[in-house]
Amino acid sequence: MTLTADASPGLKAPRAARPKGASFDPIFQALCFSAATALLAALGGVIVTLAIGGWPAFQAMGLGFITSSEWNPVTDVYGAAGPLVGTILTAALALAFSLPVAFGVAIFLVEFCPTVLRRPIGTAVELLAGIPSIVYGMWGLFVFAPFFANHVQMPLMMAAPPGSLMEKLVTGIPNGTGILAAAIILAIMILPFMAAMLRELLLTVPPQVRESAYGLGATRLEVVSSVTLPYVRSGAIGAVMLGLGRALGETMAVTFIIGNSHGFPASIFDSGSTIASTIANEFTEATSVAHTSSLLALGLMLFVITFAVLGLARLLIGRSQH
Amino acid sequence: MLKRIFIAVVCAGAMTALGATAAKADISGAGATFPAPVYAKWAEAYKRQTGVGLNYQAIGSGGGIRQITAKTVAFGASDKPLNPDDLASSGLIQFPTVIGGVVPVLNIPGVAPGQLRLTGPLLADIFRGQIKRWNDPAIVRLNPGVKLPPIPITVVHRADGSGTTFLFTTYLSQKAPRWAEQVGANDSVQWPTGLGGKGNDGVSAFVKQTTGSIGYVEYAFAKQNKLTHAQMQNRAGKFVQPTADAFSAAAANAKWSSAPGYYLLLLDQPGANSWPITGATFILMHKNQTNAEQGREVLKFFDWAFKSGDNLASSLDYVAMPAAIKTQIRKTWSSQIKSGGKSVLVAN
Repeated sequence: MTLTADASPGLKAPRAARPKGASFDPIFQALCFSAATALLAALGGVIVTLAIGGWPAFQAMGLGFITSSEWNPVTDVYGAAGPLVGTILTAALALAFSLPVAFGVAIFLVEFCPTVLRRPIGTAVELLAGIPSIVYGMWGLFVFAPFFANHVQMPLMMAAPPGSLMEKLVTGIPNGTGILAAAIILAIMILPFMAAMLRELLLTVPPQVRESAYGLGATRLEVVSSVTLPYVRSGAIGAVMLGLGRALGETMAVTFIIGNSHGFPASIFDSGSTIASTIANEFTEATSVAHTSSLLALGLMLFVITFAVLGLARLLIGRSQH
Repeated sequence: MLKRIFIAVVCAGAMTALGATAAKADISGAGATFPAPVYAKWAEAYKRQTGVGLNYQAIGSGGGIRQITAKTVAFGASDKPLNPDDLASSGLIQFPTVIGGVVPVLNIPGVAPGQLRLTGPLLADIFRGQIKRWNDPAIVRLNPGVKLPPIPITVVHRADGSGTTFLFTTYLSQKAPRWAEQVGANDSVQWPTGLGGKGNDGVSAFVKQTTGSIGYVEYAFAKQNKLTHAQMQNRAGKFVQPTADAFSAAAANAKWSSAPGYYLLLLDQPGANSWPITGATFILMHKNQTNAEQGREVLKFFDWAFKSGDNLASSLDYVAMPAAIKTQIRKTWSSQIKSGGKSVLVAN
């Protein structure tokens, strides 16, 4: 403390000359502090509520709650393995599909797009991000699913040689629903979200950095790959992880198109379920304690998964900054 | 807008000043989604006549039971009746309001609406995944003259918990011991096979999109969406089409008088014309009303609905309760719903 004061004696001197408004600083600080604590308290409240509500399920089912895929409301036996696998599988596939496209869209908008088109395309991307998920779900069920069934599922199922691994991978009901279809809808949903964030990030690259790279004779590809992308790396990881977080928790759109069966999905066209879709489907009509508690326990698991994903993002961002 | 608020404030003020019986409050209710359209229609007409509105939240039967137990609403609604023990332990009574039916719908090329005949045990075998193709001998034997292609059967069921599923699985449990043993009956069950659609919309979309599929939906929904339905064999051994008359027949033939707390499922009722998968939807109220005024308003609303709501109900493809049962329900109201030991209705 004394050290800093000594190092910059100028800070101490103008105390008397402090502007009048400075007396509001403590109030401002207190407001900001209470906002931050309120958020933490809400977060803690959610965890505690879910843990208390879900405790009977963990207690009754033990480790079986995570490893078993039996989900039977009649006998009150619940295992979350099916929804758990479905959640991770659909989110991972969705990220794999949308990541390259999101980067493509963002880089095009910032680096290659004619200035006239930049604003309309940018606005369109943001509008896509604002469409409610239920609309994506309905569109997925009534428009996308029949198209997907006729032009992707059927051809693939017909082309698969009998007895091959490929045949196993693509067996299912050719009506356009299932794990893969849900992942594609999810990818479409998180794509504009990630693209818009990546674009904003790329726009923060100072023009001098880019210009000096061009001045050294770099091509556009070289500028993007060696200058602008590394410049925004930590932010980009954050954007991607937020997209993944959204994919993990997305509910209505998935519920419409995933096929909603609780077992392990046996192929990419098989119907499955996610944690969020299971909760959305069954919470309103769950009457037994075990059923309600199992759904709350599912919520807690989703919370933990999302938390782990965001924690991982922090770790990656921290590492990339060193 | 401001003017209207001003008038409302003045009116409210005048009423309090006159010591009038308070402003007419809206009735609050929550529960089953299946009767929500008819309750909305009734509420609209009732408000026009009496000025009393109904605030009904269609949150599902389970939610309705939870909310009425917690006393956050004046009445709860459920497609699944509570058994007499549960009613007694939470101090509730229940009564049926309208009747609907569950109808198997299918998508088989070349099979016309109402052409395919099914029996309860056969339906159970199909939904168990036991019968895998439409040209299975068991189906063919029942349907001479119907051309059944050798395409695989895809089962479509509700993904969300629902009273429809409860009726359907209870019926299958009654007709097929293997179903009762392997799957059982509930709002949602562990389906042996097939895929789940969200709501009646989801099921019917999947059935329309999937060649060779079979699902089940509410009758009103099947009719309005012109889905291909099946005939069912009833207890009398007759094959019947799902119609309003067939649901009425099932309700009329049921023995309501000997069902304590109206705990009665209209499944597999006797009578040559009865549709076998019929069900009523129920209203739940507390026996002991802490707020007599509120309880009276609820009963007045349903009394009005029983008197003048039948046409509105049938315009939406619901079936009204038979007159004899309505009379019985009114008796239940005056004898059982009390506030401070006095009947809520008599005090009117």
